[in-house]
Amino acid sequence: MNEKENLIDRLYQSADADPGILGDPEVAYVVLNHNTVVGMNGDDGLEVEVDERTDGIEAFMEVKEGAVIRKQVHLCFGMIPKEGVQNILMNVNVKRNARISVLAHCVFPNAVDVQHIMDAKIHIADGAEYTYLERHVHSPEGGIKVYPKAKGELGKKARFKTEFELIKGRVGLIDIDYETVCREHCVLEMTSRISGTEDDIIQIKEVGHLNGESARGALTTRIAVRRRAQASVYNKLTANAPFARGHVDCKEIVQEEATAATTPVVEVNHPKAHITHEAAIGSVDAKQPETLMSRGLSEDEAVELIIDGLLS
Amino acid sequence: MGVLEVKNLSLALNGKKILDDLSIDFWEGHVHALVGPNGAGKSTFAATIMGLTGYKNFSGDILFQNKSIKGLSVDERARKGITLAWQEPARFEGLKVKDFIGATVKNKEAEKIKDYLSKAGLDPDRSIARVVDRTLSGGERKKLELASMLAVKPKVALLDEPDSGIDVESLERIFDAVNVLKGNGTTVILITHSVTVLEQAEHAFLMCCGKLIEKGTAEKISRYFKGKCIPCDHKNEPEDVVSEAGE
Repeated sequence: MNEKENLIDRLYQSADADPGILGDPEVAYVVLNHNTVVGMNGDDGLEVEVDERTDGIEAFMEVKEGAVIRKQVHLCFGMIPKEGVQNILMNVNVKRNARISVLAHCVFPNAVDVQHIMDAKIHIADGAEYTYLERHVHSPEGGIKVYPKAKGELGKKARFKTEFELIKGRVGLIDIDYETVCREHCVLEMTSRISGTEDDIIQIKEVGHLNGESARGALTTRIAVRRRAQASVYNKLTANAPFARGHVDCKEIVQEEATAATTPVVEVNHPKAHITHEAAIGSVDAKQPETLMSRGLSEDEAVELIIDGLLS
Repeated sequence: MGVLEVKNLSLALNGKKILDDLSIDFWEGHVHALVGPNGAGKSTFAATIMGLTGYKNFSGDILFQNKSIKGLSVDERARKGITLAWQEPARFEGLKVKDFIGATVKNKEAEKIKDYLSKAGLDPDRSIARVVDRTLSGGERKKLELASMLAVKPKVALLDEPDSGIDVESLERIFDAVNVLKGNGTTVILITHSVTVLEQAEHAFLMCCGKLIEKGTAEKISRYFKGKCIPCDHKNEPEDVVSEAGE
């Protein structure tokens, strides 16, 4: 095993993922360690270009018109070193009627003083579909700051589903800033699931604009904070066209000295549009742990199971 | 022989007496029914036996296998063998059925969990991967609670209103599961105001306004329940108080 293969192996193992998947020649992937490309594979319908720059990485991912990428594309943005800044500019262009699903592992197993900065521009053309699942695995030290930022534009009948998950290791500081604009008949789903502890700080800003007729959107946030962790969520969905439909849903479980705040903003600018929201912050409903405790689980085990479910 | 014995149990919530000097002896391995109209204190009784939040400040004593469980927490009582199925079972967002049941048992094999689901009247193949959230109907959640009860093999199983929100066919499956519990040697306590449920029991206790009015065979109590208790002269008002306490 050469040095690059060894790095890929270490990053994937830290993410509890199987690096063997990258051995499949039909699986497209890009693996970064810090600001260096350590592995890459393309696909006929997919063009990937990565420029290593002095201050980071700029990546271009384009799915050709009508192309359907059958196998999930793997991205791994990681850092084995304890310190450093990973700076990624990401340009995604999913052309008309193309379809792609991406699983991104963001792995920082040894982070003591690490920054991960992601700035993505996403264009999903008419009838195209883009699914992006981002799973973070952080070190237990909490010495990491994560700044994921994305601007998305969806064409007619486009679909964009994104899930952000950070439930392993310490959050450190996370500051999510996503904004997406949707045209006619498109579907937007943005979901975040984060577990914070100690003095972690979680800040989420997710905004969706349903500008086209019959556009649909759902913003979902699930957060659990304990110890002294703090969470602040700002979810905004606007409906600006007839038959636009949307829902904002935020649940935060707060334990010990942790704090959480949520601001769901729904804005309707057309009489035939409709948006709903629900937000719940607090401890777990007493009936839930007591149900599990009445089967023999301790209170801590019961709450752990409930939170695991909420974040699953 | 009594496995669970309640001695002079009284409980007040928000200044109102909900349980009033109750003394009841539940026989090991038998199916009992605790019947009475709405507001009689039946669910409060179950919550007090289980030691739920808000139901601990009672007078009298609760003996399990001749030892007081008064100071024990919910999970300590459960580990001794007492368990409860709620009238309105909780929902758990994201928690899968297999994990809900698997969390409480040593043998977490899918086939074993499917067996419990099947015995509780659920389609095991369809149910095991489902989530214990709002996508399950009230009836399905009640059956799931029974499945989880079967899994932990309790010594005492309290079933609060097992027929509420249940269609006739499903109720038969629930009665089947009660028979499985009995077959395993579990002492079953059916909390109900339904004669159909009462008829599943061997022994019954009639409650009204927190008091024990009558006890005897299910047949005897059924006659009494039908003839005298409905309509009842007593004002049964504590329901709101119980709701406030978290029932």
